[in-house]
Amino acid sequence: MADSAATLGHGHAGEVTKRDFLKLVTGAAAAIGGAAFAWTLIDSMNPSKDVLALSAVELDITPIPEGSGITVVWQGKPIFVRHRTPTEIKQAEDVQLSQLIDPQADSARVKPNHAQWIVLIGICTHLGCVPLGNKPSDPRGDWGGWFCPCHGSQYDTSGRVRHGPAPANLALPPYAFDTDAKIKIG
Amino acid sequence: MRALRSIFAALLLGGLAAAPTLAQEAPTPPQQQWSWEGPFGTFDLAAAQRGFQVYSEVCSACHSMKQLHYRDLAGIGLSLQEITAIAAAVTVPQGVDDQGQPKEGPATPGSQFRSPFPNEQAARAAENGALPPDLSVIVNGREGHADYIYAILTGFAAPPPTFTMQGGMNYNEYFPGHQIAMPQPLHDGQVAYTDGTPNTVAQMSHDVVTFMAWAANPELVERKQIGWRVVLFLVVMTGLTYAVKRKVWADVDH
Amino acid sequence: MAGQQHDSSFSNPVIQWIDTRLPIFTMMQKEYAIFPTPKNFNYFWNFGALAMVILGIMIATGVLLAMNYQPNTLLAFDSIQHIMRDVNYGWLIRYLHQNGASMFFIVTYIHMFRGLYYGSYKYPRELLWMLGVVILLVMMATAFMGYVLPWGQMSYWGATVITNLFSAFPGVGPPIVTWLWGGFSVDNPTLNRFFSLHYLLPFVLVAVIFLHVAALHIVGSNNPLGIDVKSPQDTVPFHPYYTAKDSVGICVFLLVYAAFVFFMPNALGDPNNFIPANPLQTPADIVPEWYFLPYYAILRSIPNKLAGVCLMFGSLLILFVLPWLDTSRVRSARFRPVYRQLIWVWVAAVIGLGVCGAHKPEGIWVVLSRVCTLYYFLHFLVILPVLGKLEHPLPLPDSISRPVIGGGGGPLPGGATAKPMEKA
Repeated sequence: MADSAATLGHGHAGEVTKRDFLKLVTGAAAAIGGAAFAWTLIDSMNPSKDVLALSAVELDITPIPEGSGITVVWQGKPIFVRHRTPTEIKQAEDVQLSQLIDPQADSARVKPNHAQWIVLIGICTHLGCVPLGNKPSDPRGDWGGWFCPCHGSQYDTSGRVRHGPAPANLALPPYAFDTDAKIKIG
Repeated sequence: MRALRSIFAALLLGGLAAAPTLAQEAPTPPQQQWSWEGPFGTFDLAAAQRGFQVYSEVCSACHSMKQLHYRDLAGIGLSLQEITAIAAAVTVPQGVDDQGQPKEGPATPGSQFRSPFPNEQAARAAENGALPPDLSVIVNGREGHADYIYAILTGFAAPPPTFTMQGGMNYNEYFPGHQIAMPQPLHDGQVAYTDGTPNTVAQMSHDVVTFMAWAANPELVERKQIGWRVVLFLVVMTGLTYAVKRKVWADVDH
Repeated sequence: MAGQQHDSSFSNPVIQWIDTRLPIFTMMQKEYAIFPTPKNFNYFWNFGALAMVILGIMIATGVLLAMNYQPNTLLAFDSIQHIMRDVNYGWLIRYLHQNGASMFFIVTYIHMFRGLYYGSYKYPRELLWMLGVVILLVMMATAFMGYVLPWGQMSYWGATVITNLFSAFPGVGPPIVTWLWGGFSVDNPTLNRFFSLHYLLPFVLVAVIFLHVAALHIVGSNNPLGIDVKSPQDTVPFHPYYTAKDSVGICVFLLVYAAFVFFMPNALGDPNNFIPANPLQTPADIVPEWYFLPYYAILRSIPNKLAGVCLMFGSLLILFVLPWLDTSRVRSARFRPVYRQLIWVWVAAVIGLGVCGAHKPEGIWVVLSRVCTLYYFLHFLVILPVLGKLEHPLPLPDSISRPVIGGGGGPLPGGATAKPMEKA
């Protein structure tokens, strides 16, 4: 626009005339108003209140028997909640970190005083399939955790990857114990 | 003069011809004062909370409010704790169990308000064929708006001696045609208010109408607040653009 | 060998690069910057620009609404409530769109009135006017279909009444109605296709508006005096003079718009549309939105269904031939002493029709709507052709600049040449 042929009636080059200042203020105010309006339109595409309301899921864990696990949905993703037996807990804790593909201590993957509960995002870190292993009758792989039928990745009782092609441990969702009987995911 | 008289006669006759339809109408509901009216209006949250109590204890037996979720009650000043407790006390459908049978359970803040009937047919069966309308947006959905709803709630009376009532109907001063299927829902002392407000029919009606007005327009306060800022901004912009226009046009004979 | 590149005169190298290959910048400069525009516009000339602004707002808000709207009879009403309650600023976007439709029609009707008053439909702007009538028709179709989408009582019954009109045409009528409905009544297929077309037509509108502006730019704008531009002294470049002036009008327009959206968003609507559509229960009064009331009144003024339909469509189609009905050689009503009174009578008739349209077709309202319908057609078919021949127009000024110099207004004695404009 700087060199358009239309005369803009500016003052001499280098001088900011009163007319220029006024135009500047007006233009700036209009731009700010326009931006504020545009923001409301853009923000409307952010998650709506009903979607946000479902962003946390509460779960009563008392019906889950030892050695078994369930799957719940949180934010569209499968969440594994498994009630580990003392043997499974010991197996998870005794592993040497150097043996792990993705080293992480079991204690970092459970809540204090709740080692019998492991809560994981049930999406294989290879290409996104949902591994098997919640029910005792499911194939659980050689480490007693989970087995992904798509390409053969295997996870231990802490959800850590022990056999590829998956590169990383099963991810942990944000969760907390409301009481010993209830967890809130998200 | 003769022509004028004919015109007048025609108008009068025309007006009279319109009169029979007037008999189907009801008197205009008297104007009330509402806290949310006017450009600076807000909802009286205490009244809205009492109104929610009236809805829960009386109206919800027959009327659904499907567009509302328990989490929305934060808009009338209830805390998340209070809302969770209110929801947990209500049993709502919760999909199907592992056997495929429909199951119920306590509501959560994210649940829709509990409906008294699962569908229209069940409602009509329970209400002598009448369908209690959903109340979510009824304040917007009736001519006369809040004044009209208030007039209906306070307008139950004995029918005048010359008026023939149909069986099962109730006389109401302000309902068009004067016969409404709903029996008088509110009576003095019916709902126990905890904040000491007298629980007369007029007060309960006022409170429940406030609640329903909020339910129909929950964005009202934010809308008017933003509105003032926008109007102020535009008034300033009009002044600024007009000043620029005058300056730009100063050198043109026009 | 490389093809010719456009000869561009911008100093910014990026703009230059684009412009030599696709001269949009040169075009914008020619059509919206240096474009010579009569300098004597009054604020009536603002309304075309306002219409473009509101169309932009309607498309933006409409696209966003469409992200959340469900065009299914079981879901539509609830999806609108979802927008109003749960979508961030959903209430704002919805109210902007709902009231924007009314604003679009207010602006367009005033824009058309300017055309009628100042003779903007006359030679050489006949095609410009006709394109405008096409724009009005597309707007009306879009608005009609849009009103059905919330699937309230008035949405459903308004759609039923208006689509049923086509059954008035003998023989072809009922099959056309079935075809429109996609069924045997207004139902899900109807709603779904109305949504599709409601999304499509605004872009058709953009195309027709492009032609409308192109046609305008070939012949140049009319002006309040109705006389042709005679020299560059009669004009100013569009930018900055009319960009500045239009921005004032835009602010005032937005103020009125904001008053509705923020403080009385449902004032122009019907409470019945807050009741979900019920095919088994007709509301006491079926009334269209205010901008359709005059045509509705014409429709109902005639007891014969086919005649009512023909007159209603006729009231719009007659606008196409307006340039040939008006025989006056003078464009602007400023110089037509009889026409400038009678046009207000016509406006009163249109407003009268609007009032009639809002009432039940009984008693006084029927009489009034017939009188006003008669006058409406009388104005176009009798008054305009005859008036052009019989009226004594006032003497026209010599040129647009002429009325300003010397404070006068009349023509100079023959032979005098125009003085160059002096700076104040």
